[in-house]
Amino acid sequence: MSDIQATPSAVVADQQDLQFWMKEDHHPENGTLLGFWIYLMSDCLIFACLFATYGVLGRSYAGGPSGADLFELPLVAVNTTMLLLSSITYGFAVLEMQKNRRGTMMAWLIVTGLFGATFLGIELYEFANLIHEGAGPQRSAFLSSFFTLVGTHGLHVTFGIVWLITLLVQVGRFGLTPANKRRIMCLSMFWHFLDVVWIGVFTFVYLMGVLP
Amino acid sequence: MNTPDLVTLIFGRLTIEAIPYHEPILIGTFAAVALGGIALLAVLTKYKLWGYLWSEWFTSIDHKKIGIMYMVLGVVMLLRGFSDAIMMRAQQAMAFNGNPGFLPPHHYDQVFTAHGVIMIFFVAMPFVTGLMNFVVPLQIGARDVAFPFLNNFSFWMTVAGGMLVMASLFVGEFARTGWLAYPPLSGLAASPDVGVDYYIWSLQVAGVGTTLSGINLLATIIKMRAPGMTMMKMPVFTWTSLCTNVLIVAAFPVLTAVLALLSLDRYAGTNFFTNDFGGNAMMYVNLIWIWGHPEVYILVLPLFGVFSEVVATFSRKRLFGYASMVYATVVITVLSYLVWLHHFFTMGSGASVNSFFGITTMIISIPTGAKIFNWLFTMYRGRIQFEVPMLWTMGFMVTFVIGGMTGVMLAVPPADFLLHNSLFLIAHFHNVIIGGVIFGVFAGINYWFPKAFGFKLDSYWGKWSFWLWLTGFYFAFMPLYVLGFMGVTRRMNHFEDPSLQIWFIIAAFGALLIAGGIAAFLIQIFVSIKRREALRDVTGDPWHGRTLEWSTSSPPPSYNFAFTPVIHEQDAWWQMKERNAARRTEGYLPIHMPKNTAAGVYIAAFAFVIGFAMIWHMFLIAGVAFLGLLVTAIGHTFNYKRDYYIPADVVARTEAARTEELAAHV
Repeated sequence: MSDIQATPSAVVADQQDLQFWMKEDHHPENGTLLGFWIYLMSDCLIFACLFATYGVLGRSYAGGPSGADLFELPLVAVNTTMLLLSSITYGFAVLEMQKNRRGTMMAWLIVTGLFGATFLGIELYEFANLIHEGAGPQRSAFLSSFFTLVGTHGLHVTFGIVWLITLLVQVGRFGLTPANKRRIMCLSMFWHFLDVVWIGVFTFVYLMGVLP
Repeated sequence: MNTPDLVTLIFGRLTIEAIPYHEPILIGTFAAVALGGIALLAVLTKYKLWGYLWSEWFTSIDHKKIGIMYMVLGVVMLLRGFSDAIMMRAQQAMAFNGNPGFLPPHHYDQVFTAHGVIMIFFVAMPFVTGLMNFVVPLQIGARDVAFPFLNNFSFWMTVAGGMLVMASLFVGEFARTGWLAYPPLSGLAASPDVGVDYYIWSLQVAGVGTTLSGINLLATIIKMRAPGMTMMKMPVFTWTSLCTNVLIVAAFPVLTAVLALLSLDRYAGTNFFTNDFGGNAMMYVNLIWIWGHPEVYILVLPLFGVFSEVVATFSRKRLFGYASMVYATVVITVLSYLVWLHHFFTMGSGASVNSFFGITTMIISIPTGAKIFNWLFTMYRGRIQFEVPMLWTMGFMVTFVIGGMTGVMLAVPPADFLLHNSLFLIAHFHNVIIGGVIFGVFAGINYWFPKAFGFKLDSYWGKWSFWLWLTGFYFAFMPLYVLGFMGVTRRMNHFEDPSLQIWFIIAAFGALLIAGGIAAFLIQIFVSIKRREALRDVTGDPWHGRTLEWSTSSPPPSYNFAFTPVIHEQDAWWQMKERNAARRTEGYLPIHMPKNTAAGVYIAAFAFVIGFAMIWHMFLIAGVAFLGLLVTAIGHTFNYKRDYYIPADVVARTEAARTEELAAHV
């Protein structure tokens, strides 16, 4: 075919004996962690939408209470501490995993789950209080967006805990196999991701929300 | 506990009245669908095909089979979406001079909503995903996608979403809001019935599938390319697929979020988009178009890739301007996020905002124009073969340029103030979606069909299909440009001005031609299957292709490549042919492959039940189904044996059979 022009690289290649098929097995790199990263970023976009919605509607009180009226910062500070601590303990679990110490790793995972459950408990307590005071999600666009943003985060933590329990069973039964290690790493990314999102919630919703 | 409460607990708001037995059109449709369905089931049972379908197709994690199933789904839904279209054209052609037509407004509004939703989400998306699924792993020399189970699951979620839309035809009704369901019309106050809920749940279920398949293909392209295939050596179709999947992952979560907010408004009484308590409906319009504009590039970019492959193959030339094609694709990917506001210039954002979005919109036409020139220069002095895929490509180039120019007209905010919401807009986006996406899909089907099945599609009927579609398109949509200039708005059920009728009659005639084009396509498939021996291709390379998918047999073995190819150039297979690279026929190794699984079918079935139950407020059933979904998903994670090895001697036998076939046909 005269239309095909040999590029300079092809000319050079012509002098070599090119291999066109691999003789040995080709092992592409495992894509799970990358895939999970991409999933997290898509999840991050859901949070971005909820933050944006809160940004637009967060001051639409419709004559109802504002953040300054409602938020109890000390409680939220305790709550934040719980979640931050759970991230640290998850980090300890991963360190233990890398040393192949199954028992201590599982212990740290259980501690992580307990911190997560405490966080959820405090959040539910806060929600119940707000609804009890007549500041439920139906009261105003501000409260709709507040409950949805914080609630979606809470829902994620709930699923994280379900996942954590599943993983504990699996590690208990099948040990620290490569598949299980990979799963622990995925949940680790998920857990820290929720932590990062929470820092955004804490700053953007609570700290800035109590400003007049 | 008295009985009415129990009934409500189980059936929610679903009553016998929800079955539209008083609407003759729907009863007729239902009878036809039921008879056709029963006939299909009978045939499957008679020939004992259930086991085969279940184990070889439904539970298959082979990317090629999943790709083909996506295409079948697209064709089936195309028939549904097109019936809606021809009903609208018929209604508008006759509803003049006091004649109310045959579709009352209540029904007509559902028809145009369903048409848009089905054509975008359940026709164009399955077609695009199907092509990418089938072709990308073959083009990059991989044996499957990165997450084969997820791939199967994604497909069934798309099916479940499509089934929810179809269910709305016979149980209850569909949304009457237009395909994007703007609030407050889609809010509880204006649409208290189940229509919008069908809309929400079908898109949410299918959206999960789309997002996951985007993640999957992204990881596949990044991680699983054959050795030597650097980014700038990837085939253009793979490049456009990469950009499309970036867009999917970056856009679909926005749709998920905004639909979730709308459902909270409808189910939990929140006030995101309501008229009172501080809600803001424009928030919805902004968010949905932040998804919606990238979505149109999600649809069209892969087809740009198809045209690039087709034009190079049938011009017998290397694609002109490969690098500029790649950069144009990437620029379009980025810019597609910066134009969403041009869908509602009339919102009242003010001159500066409108100018910004008007200008970004016009800028997008530059990389797109560059692509058109690249294709033209590829054809220039090429040895063009007018095979069916090439016909579709040339039809696209003419049609798409017209659609692109009317798009630039709409990008001028003052012009948009006059044309917005008119039939001019309808003509414009059909011009680019039919001319770009549908023509591209048909080009792709005709191009890769021999790869998937081992025989070519009949070109006589293929040409009928092409010419009927092309002329039908111009007859159907050019009148709408005229009507748009006259100020006729979209979504009208009947008209008062009799002088407009002739244009609608011409448009209806065009729709009939398109119906002929679809029929010719179906005949083409049927005739090709009957004549498959005459159309058989044993080389695996019927078009004298350039990229790796043509280097393996047709249909490819489940493992795609017995030996992973090594890439030195963009047109890898072309180079192999140029240098007479001999096929390796010894030293086979066992091949590591993923195992089929039924978990995806089950989870998607649960998702369908959840969606249906939520639509009808059957919260008990929804809860049970959710539990079932969770248990199945967790149960699936306990299955650690997800792979197996194809023994070396099986590979050797498969490849030996191919060697024999090749030798017999040289």
